[in-house]
Amino acid sequence: MKTEIIGLLLQIGLTIMLSYPLGYYISKVYKGEKTFLDFLSPIENMFYRICRIDPKEKMNWKIFLITLLTVNFVWFFWGIILLVAQGVLPLNPDGNPSQSISQAFNTSISFMVNCNLQHYSGESGLTYFTQLFVIMLFQFITAATGMSAFAAMLKGMSAKTTHNLGNFWVYLIKSVTRILLPLSLIVGFLIIIGGVPMSFEGKQTLTTLEGQEQTISQGPVAAVVAIKQLGTNGGGFYGANSAHPLENPSYFTNMIEGIAIMLLPMAFIWTLGFYIKKHRFALGIFLVMLLPYLSSVSIAVGQEMRGNPKIEEMGISQHSGSMEGKEIRIGAGATALWAMSTTVTSNGSVNGMHDSLTPLSGMLAILNMQVNCWFGGVGVGFMNYYIFIIIAVFLSGLMVGRTPEFLGKKIEAKEMKIAIIITLLHPFLILCGTAIASYLAVSDPQLASAWLANPSFHGLSEMFYEFTSSSANNGSGFEGLGDNTNFWNISTGIVLIISRYLPIIGQIAIVGLLASKKYIPESAGTLKTDTSTFALMTFVVIIIIAALAFFPALTLGPIAEYLNL
Amino acid sequence: MKKENHFITPDQLKFCLKESLVKLNPKTMARNPIMFTVLISTSIMFIISILVLFGYKNQGSFVYNFLVFSILLITILFANFAEAIAEARGKAQAESLRKTREETPAKKIVDGKIINISSSLLKKGDIFECSIGDIIPSDGEIVEGIASIDESAITGESAPVIREAGGDKTSVTGGTKVLSDHIIVRVTAQPGESFLDKMIALVEGASRQKSPNEIALTILLSGFTLVFVIVCVTLKPFADYTGTTITIASLVSLFVCLIPTTIGGLLSAIGIAGMDRALRANVITKSGKAVETAGDIDTLLLDKTGTITIGNRKATNFYAINSNNLNEFIDACILASISDQTPEGKSIVELGRNQGFIADQSALIGCKWIEFSAQTKCSGVELRNGVTIVKGAMEAICQIIESNNKVFPNYAREISHKIAENGGTPLVLAMDNDVMGVIELQDIIKPGIQDRFERLRKMGVKTVMVTGDNALTAQYIANKAGVDDFIAEAKPEDKMEYIRNEQSNGKLVAMMGDGTNDAPALAQADVGVAMNSGTQAAKEAGNMVDLDNDPTKLIEIVEIGKQLLMTRGTLTTFSIANDVAKYFAIVPALFMSSIPALKALNVMNLSSPESAILSAVIFNALIIPALIPLALKGVQYKPIGASAILRRNLFIYGLGGAIVPFIGIKLIDMAIATIL
Amino acid sequence: MKNLIISIKITILFCITLLLAYVLVLWLFAGLSTPNFGKVNTIKANNKIVGVENIGQNFSSEKYFWSRPSAVNYNGSGSGGSNKGVTNPNYLRDVSSRIDSFLIHHPYLKKSEVPSEMVTASGSGLDPHITIESAYLQVIRVAKARKVKPDEIKNIIDSVIETPIIGISVINVLKLNIAMDSKLNK
Repeated sequence: MKTEIIGLLLQIGLTIMLSYPLGYYISKVYKGEKTFLDFLSPIENMFYRICRIDPKEKMNWKIFLITLLTVNFVWFFWGIILLVAQGVLPLNPDGNPSQSISQAFNTSISFMVNCNLQHYSGESGLTYFTQLFVIMLFQFITAATGMSAFAAMLKGMSAKTTHNLGNFWVYLIKSVTRILLPLSLIVGFLIIIGGVPMSFEGKQTLTTLEGQEQTISQGPVAAVVAIKQLGTNGGGFYGANSAHPLENPSYFTNMIEGIAIMLLPMAFIWTLGFYIKKHRFALGIFLVMLLPYLSSVSIAVGQEMRGNPKIEEMGISQHSGSMEGKEIRIGAGATALWAMSTTVTSNGSVNGMHDSLTPLSGMLAILNMQVNCWFGGVGVGFMNYYIFIIIAVFLSGLMVGRTPEFLGKKIEAKEMKIAIIITLLHPFLILCGTAIASYLAVSDPQLASAWLANPSFHGLSEMFYEFTSSSANNGSGFEGLGDNTNFWNISTGIVLIISRYLPIIGQIAIVGLLASKKYIPESAGTLKTDTSTFALMTFVVIIIIAALAFFPALTLGPIAEYLNL
Repeated sequence: MKKENHFITPDQLKFCLKESLVKLNPKTMARNPIMFTVLISTSIMFIISILVLFGYKNQGSFVYNFLVFSILLITILFANFAEAIAEARGKAQAESLRKTREETPAKKIVDGKIINISSSLLKKGDIFECSIGDIIPSDGEIVEGIASIDESAITGESAPVIREAGGDKTSVTGGTKVLSDHIIVRVTAQPGESFLDKMIALVEGASRQKSPNEIALTILLSGFTLVFVIVCVTLKPFADYTGTTITIASLVSLFVCLIPTTIGGLLSAIGIAGMDRALRANVITKSGKAVETAGDIDTLLLDKTGTITIGNRKATNFYAINSNNLNEFIDACILASISDQTPEGKSIVELGRNQGFIADQSALIGCKWIEFSAQTKCSGVELRNGVTIVKGAMEAICQIIESNNKVFPNYAREISHKIAENGGTPLVLAMDNDVMGVIELQDIIKPGIQDRFERLRKMGVKTVMVTGDNALTAQYIANKAGVDDFIAEAKPEDKMEYIRNEQSNGKLVAMMGDGTNDAPALAQADVGVAMNSGTQAAKEAGNMVDLDNDPTKLIEIVEIGKQLLMTRGTLTTFSIANDVAKYFAIVPALFMSSIPALKALNVMNLSSPESAILSAVIFNALIIPALIPLALKGVQYKPIGASAILRRNLFIYGLGGAIVPFIGIKLIDMAIATIL
Repeated sequence: MKNLIISIKITILFCITLLLAYVLVLWLFAGLSTPNFGKVNTIKANNKIVGVENIGQNFSSEKYFWSRPSAVNYNGSGSGGSNKGVTNPNYLRDVSSRIDSFLIHHPYLKKSEVPSEMVTASGSGLDPHITIESAYLQVIRVAKARKVKPDEIKNIIDSVIETPIIGISVINVLKLNIAMDSKLNK
């Protein structure tokens, strides 16, 4: 019991400690300053030469977005074509079939938006070729897309008045070569030592001790696992994701993978501080994010380690906690920690089944995704937080009797309009999606029983979770939901696309608009954004917006389930 | 101007009640998206009530539905009432100004002949005449003559002011009274187009345009409203899925309680009240935006004379070259200044008399005055016996003495320099080309001005003193008064350049001016306050007119602007914080009967689902009139630094806003429980 | 159009770069640093592959220690959990019947001693481990079936306990059962 708690504290402490120097390093990468990895520049130059990219080309926010969207568009078709053709492509020792077009469509979207809503099982639905050149490739480049947008945001925030947000291609390439690739190699080495397979062999068949046939999938697992954890994608090699004993063989690998989830999202907040030279501001944001993360972790860990009250009523021992859907080597506590980490960061990998979490932990997982900016996805996490800053600046600016300004730029109706649309989008997609699903479930009980593994309030939570996860580009699920149907494939696909690109467009637009405005120097009447008061204000704004929008729905789902325990 | 003491008169009340009903017109309501959704909700409840009356099932009793309908209607009426009050008060303020100038006879000059007509018939460009005792019939500019005018009807200040043709004090205001002399005035405004008329139109809302900030806030509030539309609409299928029945009345109540009706209902009242408060400070604003901008001012340009110092310099000391003939020196000073009608001259005589010297007036019989001229730069007197006494700036006297082949004493030079260092102006006096001594003239800094500048500094406003003095003197006074910067030996172009320079650094600049040569700078400044006594050009150029001609008024204007923004911000926060308690009142009430476990969420222990919902809606309605006084008076501004204000307001209106409704709803629930 | 061409080129370049600088590097690393060249660690008994180190197996024989219930019946190429909510009545009925059957096979246990992990399905359905307590509780049943002293079995358990530096001490059921087969057959 005690060692479990110590393990959790150690993991969180280590992540925070590692994130700080990493954040500093990333700020140097995006600023184009000298780093110890400069020996990689020939690789980058090769990219520039072959692709005919002028790395010095400046992009304003509109050009930046067009470029970003174009390359994503290409990736979408790249994904579909390879998935549909995977059966005849090389690296398919198990002879897995090609995906159908509709499934390929869903898979391609899901990974294009750096999510991992997997409506297939990795063992049979993909080949090693597509695992590597669709899934793993996308895990790198779509994470890098979010990071590039973040880098553009930093550029826009740090300049006094500019139209230049930097060059998308340069950010994209450097995000991969300088950040994701080196880190993934380190994580990959560690988990290979920890026992994660990395080979191109086909399935291992054997006869068990009791004489049953067993077929065990293997493959280049470590290559996928390292980047899915680091790039907040979360799409696992195996169906059970990191609960699978080959994807996550021990407490040690669990810790490495757990640190990898939080490492970049945390580091990016420090990067912000180093890049725009406002350390107190960054620290404030970091603490605002850390506090709810730690609170949700402590509640969830407590809940899971306490066990399931319904099973307690049966009078058996729950020494290990609530163990449904959890692994012995990981334990209830570390599973709860992971569940919170993966939902605050829009990672979506799991090391235990979320559907079987106790109601409060399940609710916190949902709530974390509904807020979607306690650290958040790589790059995009802070970008979501940025929108809340805009609203908080506006409100608190009014409260101190001054037209609101943020980092010397006035916030006016246009920015407010964009910020509001993006803030509204999340509750809109989640609530409307779940409402339509609920309506269909009510009008056709057969549909409901086909979809839902659990009745009553928990059934609502399953649908609620699925749309929340899609809208947050998270990818984890209450997997009891039978989601490989037309309704879920199409509806979540639409939600995924809207919720990925609209916010990025809006956030970059706001940054671009603000960056081109006249810079106003600070005075004694200016509201300082690097104070604890402002940090508190942002926190309150986030909580109020999330709580107000989702409280009634949560009441009918997890809260009702909890109170009925 | 008579200050309005009571909050609202019975007449106004009657008008406001009527106006609240008139404003129910959907076209008017559509201007305010938040209250418009309440109107729709109210209509829905009306229809439901009627349906229930005719036997529509599963929606609760008719009385309950009708009660919800009535309370929603009252909520809208309260909001309309708030706006009506703000308008009424603003209008009353403006009317009392306008009344003074209605229907006064005017002596219009046509082809050199005087025709008596009513003031309302005067058109722009008409010329009229005013003599002693006449009420000036219209705003205008003096084309000929000089007069002392009683402006107390407008400014409340009883001391008469001098207005004359040419120069910077040419403007007269309708409703003021000519006390002496005779002037000819050209009308500068069409009837109904004077600043006051414009202001009244602004207050009445016909031409009221939302300021950029108000638009941004409306977007935010509409966003919140939309969130709750989604929340409430989607709640229905969720409830259906879990087998809970929700009545339409409950859903509508939940919706109306959640949307920010408090701020939505008071938003326009706050805006009008801002202009009204400016008017109460005797400042006419040409747009609501100007008031808001005032709250953002970073830099304030102030003239030294009249703003920082009391009008003119005063003699404070006599320094004789030879201390033995100090008495003779002072006598000479008085003699040389007796005919000098400038404030400096008067103050010299006054200082001398205060020190017990009564100059022998007989010495002046048959004397010859030496008037100040631009060439000599000195003035004085040539006595009957041929003795000449002159006083003037050191350079001027020095020149005279040296041209007479005498030596200007070094001691006089030293004293002069010392005086200048201390911010004073030395005035050297010579008798028959012998320097007798130096008079020290000092600027007197207005009492309490340092505190006001300190206050401004805490608000984050930089103060800049504009003066014609040399840099040394300006520096001294700037230090003593506590201004942040100064422009010495200022020419009108310097002001303009300074403003441009500040603005190019992204700062907002306010200034006050009266002269025609101030007009470009007034137009350039983000907030230009023209003095009512100033020229028409200045008044046209600025975006506010100060009826009191008080240069320190800018400080008040800045505070009014800040108050306006703060009132909006705090009430928005309050309104949204309210939702927490309302959720805890309504959500358990919605589901308690179907899901008994959710009773745990009924933290206020409200007596029944119906009374919980009614309490929440009633609280939501009552909070609007309860906050009208705050909306009209504005949240008090204290210059304690932005973070401290935020903490304070977040505590009072954020935390308070979260707690108050818990108490309020519980109390209303207890009242309802006892009635039912 | 220019962007479109860059996009296609850059995607291909990323593939090549990642293949060379990432996948192959990891593969070589695995080949050099692990005994099995990055493949799964198979376990042999009597020169026959009987399992993979980290993949659990289903044991129902009285002479073996049992693994946890699996929602996928230990299908090594189709992992997954039950995804049952903790308040689901059907699920609770399942758990209840698992408790009953566990008690039938271990009649010497009190109900309050039944460990929850032995009646709840794991997340992957392939959980190779049980806790030390859960192993000890099965000792008497196994000893009876194998007709040996419980202490002997206990000793075997103690020899296969895996205690990481940080984390939870676990028993790999497959290894335990193989150890038992090899030691008790001698």
